[in-house]
Amino acid sequence: MNAGDISQDDVERKYQVLDREAGEGGYHLGPDNEFTKKLVRGLLINEGRYGYPACPCRFSRGIKAEDLDIICPCDYRDPDLDQYGACYCALYVSDAILSNKQSLSPVPERRPPRCERNSRKTIHTTQTGSLSYPVWRCRVCGYLCARDEAPLVCPVCKAKKDRFERFM
Amino acid sequence: MKMEHVDGKNEGKVVLFALSTCGWCSKTKELLKELGIAFDFVYVDLLPTEEMDDAIGLIEKWNPAGSFPTLIVDDRKAVIGFREEEIRGAFSK
Repeated sequence: MNAGDISQDDVERKYQVLDREAGEGGYHLGPDNEFTKKLVRGLLINEGRYGYPACPCRFSRGIKAEDLDIICPCDYRDPDLDQYGACYCALYVSDAILSNKQSLSPVPERRPPRCERNSRKTIHTTQTGSLSYPVWRCRVCGYLCARDEAPLVCPVCKAKKDRFERFM
Repeated sequence: MKMEHVDGKNEGKVVLFALSTCGWCSKTKELLKELGIAFDFVYVDLLPTEEMDDAIGLIEKWNPAGSFPTLIVDDRKAVIGFREEEIRGAFSK
C-alpha cells in the first residue's frame, strides 16, 4: 500500500482495532483524535513500505532485524508511559494524561543511538535444569509465559512472536 | 539533498529535518509557519536511499540520537523534538 492509497476508511478501521486492543490491555490511545489518526496513518504507511508497522516518529531503513525494538508498540512504550505519561509519539498515553491530571510534554528519545544499538544487550537467562518449560518474555510489556514456544501474539499488548525473548 | 523552501522572515539558515509520518514533525513545521519564518525542510524517509545516510550524518552532528524532528537554527543551535517554547524563544529578539 502506497501512502496515497491509504483512505480515511483504512485509517478509521486501524484506529478502531488499536483502540480496542489498547483498552483490552489496559492502555489508552491519545485523546487528540486528529493527531492520533495521523500517527495511525503513519503506521499504515510504514506497514505498506517496510512490511511492518515501524514507529512513525522514528527513522527506519526498512530492515526488520534493525527495527524489532521500534515496531509499534515499541520496546520503549511502557517505560515512557511510566516516566512521561506518553509513548515517544504520544500514540499511547497514561490515565493521568487522559484525565488531564498531567500535561503532555515532549518525550526524549529513549532508544540508544545507532552506534550503541548493535551491542543490544540480551537478557541473562538463568539456566535451571529443573524447569519443565522454557519461559518467554514479551519485550514490549513484560508478559511471561511458560510453554515450548512463545505465543504468536502477546495476549496483553498484541506484540508478535518475534518480540519475545527467552527469559528462563 | 533537495530541500523544500517555505518563504517568510529571514532568521538566518533554518533547516528542519523531519519524517513525513511523524506527528511532532508536522507540529514543528506548522509552528514555524505560524511564526512566519523562512525555512527549508526535508522528509528524510522520502529521500533516495543513498541520500538518507548524508541526512542522518548531518542530524547526528547536532543530535547524536538521530531523532526527529531536528531543527537547526543558523548553524548555531539545534532544537530536538517539538519544544514549543524553545522554538519560539529561538526566534524572539
